[in-house]
Amino acid sequence: MTPKFLQTSRRAFLGGSAAAAALSALSEPALAQRNQPTLDQYEPVYLTAAEWAFVMAAVARIIPSDGDGPGAIEARVPVFIDRQLAGDFGAASDLYMEGPFAPEADMNLGTQSPLTPAEIYRQGIAAFDAWCRSEQGAALGDLDPDAQDAALQALADDEVGLKPELREFWTLLLQNTKEGYFADPRHGGNAGMQAWVYIGFPGARANFHEWAGRDEAYPLGPVDIAGERA
Amino acid sequence: MARTDPKKDVVIVGLGWTGAIMGIELASEGLEILALERGPDRSTVPDFKYPEVIDELEYGIRFGFMQRPKNSTITVRRTGDEVAQPMRRLGSFLPGDGVGGAGIHWNGQTWRPMENEYRLRSYVEEEFGAEAIPEDMTIQDWGVTAEELEPYYDRFEYMAGISGQAGNINGKIIEGGNPFEAPRSRDYPLPPLKQTVDAKLFAEAARGMGYHPFPRPAANASEAWTNEYGMQLGPCNFCGFCERYGCINYSKSSPQTCILDALKRYPNFSYRVNSEVLRVDLAPDGQTATGVTYWDEEAQEEVTQSADLVILAAYQLHNVHLMLLSGIGEPYDPQSGEGVTGKNYSYQMNGGTTMFFRDVDFNPFAGAGSVGMAIDDFAINQIDFGAEGFIGGSYIVAGNSNGQPIRGISLPEGTPEWGAGWKQGIGEWYGHSMSIGSHGSCLSYRDCHLDLDPTYTDRHGRPLMRMTFDWKPNDIRMTQFMKRKIEEIAQSMNPDSWQSSFKGEGARYDIRPYQTTHNVGGSIMGTDPNTSAVNRYLQAWGQHNVFVLGAGAFPQNIQYNPTGAVGALAYWAARAIREDYLPNPGPLV
Repeated sequence: MTPKFLQTSRRAFLGGSAAAAALSALSEPALAQRNQPTLDQYEPVYLTAAEWAFVMAAVARIIPSDGDGPGAIEARVPVFIDRQLAGDFGAASDLYMEGPFAPEADMNLGTQSPLTPAEIYRQGIAAFDAWCRSEQGAALGDLDPDAQDAALQALADDEVGLKPELREFWTLLLQNTKEGYFADPRHGGNAGMQAWVYIGFPGARANFHEWAGRDEAYPLGPVDIAGERA
Repeated sequence: MARTDPKKDVVIVGLGWTGAIMGIELASEGLEILALERGPDRSTVPDFKYPEVIDELEYGIRFGFMQRPKNSTITVRRTGDEVAQPMRRLGSFLPGDGVGGAGIHWNGQTWRPMENEYRLRSYVEEEFGAEAIPEDMTIQDWGVTAEELEPYYDRFEYMAGISGQAGNINGKIIEGGNPFEAPRSRDYPLPPLKQTVDAKLFAEAARGMGYHPFPRPAANASEAWTNEYGMQLGPCNFCGFCERYGCINYSKSSPQTCILDALKRYPNFSYRVNSEVLRVDLAPDGQTATGVTYWDEEAQEEVTQSADLVILAAYQLHNVHLMLLSGIGEPYDPQSGEGVTGKNYSYQMNGGTTMFFRDVDFNPFAGAGSVGMAIDDFAINQIDFGAEGFIGGSYIVAGNSNGQPIRGISLPEGTPEWGAGWKQGIGEWYGHSMSIGSHGSCLSYRDCHLDLDPTYTDRHGRPLMRMTFDWKPNDIRMTQFMKRKIEEIAQSMNPDSWQSSFKGEGARYDIRPYQTTHNVGGSIMGTDPNTSAVNRYLQAWGQHNVFVLGAGAFPQNIQYNPTGAVGALAYWAARAIREDYLPNPGPLV
């Protein structure tokens, strides 16, 4: 099957007016996502409304929108995280989940929690939001950005009193945020491949023989697995 | 439910590199062969085809081609007095799953060990005296020499179409190759790969310091190649999705690209997938195997499969697990030092220095699994162990295999892990860093071993295997020596900044971050049934019709990636079976 990006090139080359319009529409990252609801219209599959508010707030501080490049919100990282938690990753379907469990075992021996990643998010968000309320007077999503950063740093430093079963919560949240930022858009994040555009990663082009060994900037933008171009 | 299937001449457990090699070598003898693979079937099309496989999340991060701990894992402890915990999620190493095994998702770095690595104990005793070996170090000789194995390395390298540059052909040193390597009988089948910017900069700096850079030998074809089985490779296109992925391009040597389609044409060869061998069945006297019992996932029943010859060709950890479960060899006891099965588990001691160059475009996405320039000036045969205070060595290399962003973007020390600083850092530094790595030996020690866990069981109710392993002072001294050498080279390159990551004094084994899938030992080869699990032909000492292939045979780890030696040993054992065992079945030693 001809990859979609070649099909659109071919149509552009032929120069038909309708085809040209289609191409210019496809080349707009915002419109390439045109069949997707905006984040405030998105209906989470796994996360509750309160959990969704937490994830929206947390990822917006982990990869903020200011400065160069997209933030986690523009990249639709919350959608990625919700879909991951609703799927095999959230259900720990690849993990060894037989007991007995020793969640307080040495960290070097790896996760020993009896909870799945989806359960760690659920309980972790509840426990951490409770900590935010008691220490800062509001859930994470209702704090101002500086207070959010301070609270997340306390979470990262393991200073919020989470039980051992939840001690992977921050690691998962940080890792999943970066995954959603950089993964192929088929997984729901990296909207319009803008994270790839930002750092200069060409995505799924996967053919660089003539570029090996050349110390000069690569000129082409990314393509994704669906064949879209940024 | 259970069934008994008709007897075969040979049953092969696992259909990765060694199972495929043994399969085709014995199929050409006309034997009736059944290979049992516990994972799914895999072929270049549809499993590795573009663009679906170019999905970093699915394969690079969620390990789509790896074993799921849910189905198979181990427990781990660092010392004998720690309670071992199950490895619930993959991290430190990534055993393969399915047809092709780890042979589909490796980078293709294909080395031959140094001559002295096969006789390490003898070498150290002769050169430095027995007192140079620490009391708790249990290194041994392999019972086979580089000279004996040379034709089998040659066979593997020509079968797999390795790209490289010879440094020593029959004793003649060849400019541009590795001058310290063991003599080889002829050059590599294919010329070296093109080199990436980082590899070229490293080679220039190393040459400037008087070292001897050479291209890393690669199972990524630099040109088209047709092997002895008629299988064809096409030139690597530097797609940047090698390790952890199947090759989209028929360029990475693997069982699929080099053997399997030729093997499947033999009517006397068949294979079953989703068929996990539960144990090797022994005759009542324990002196031979009668076959295996496996779990047929599709039929949901146990199957008794008898065979005259049983070849254990699973991953190192699983071969040892099956031996322990089946009573092949006396289990090793670290207290007494007696027993052999599970003895001398070892790993790999690696480290590296990362450098940042604001004005260089490294284009890291244009990479190949085995691209790179290396030096062996600090190899295990180049170091005065007496003067340096350690036994071991390392190759040192720069070469960029991929630029996949989730797997990590190197950032200068002090860059935050999240927030505005992290985001700014990835924008500034993606594509502007390179690393020089040390890939070093890891020796064997009295307490580092594999046995059966007393608590945790797998989905079949069998005890999990338990790994006892930690880093040791000797190997930490080795890697610290390499750190000093690498930092000298790095500084000579004048980067904007640089930072190092090497194990230091007191480092403890951490199973969480990926390190390397070079697990070795546990079914070690040797010349004495009291100190080795298999003889020099990889034949079990106690059951002459059981052969155990793979890196479990290494009595301590070499300073190189293991696949070259694993392939050569498979051909070495195959020759012994074809020419010596089949005419006269019995102990070969």
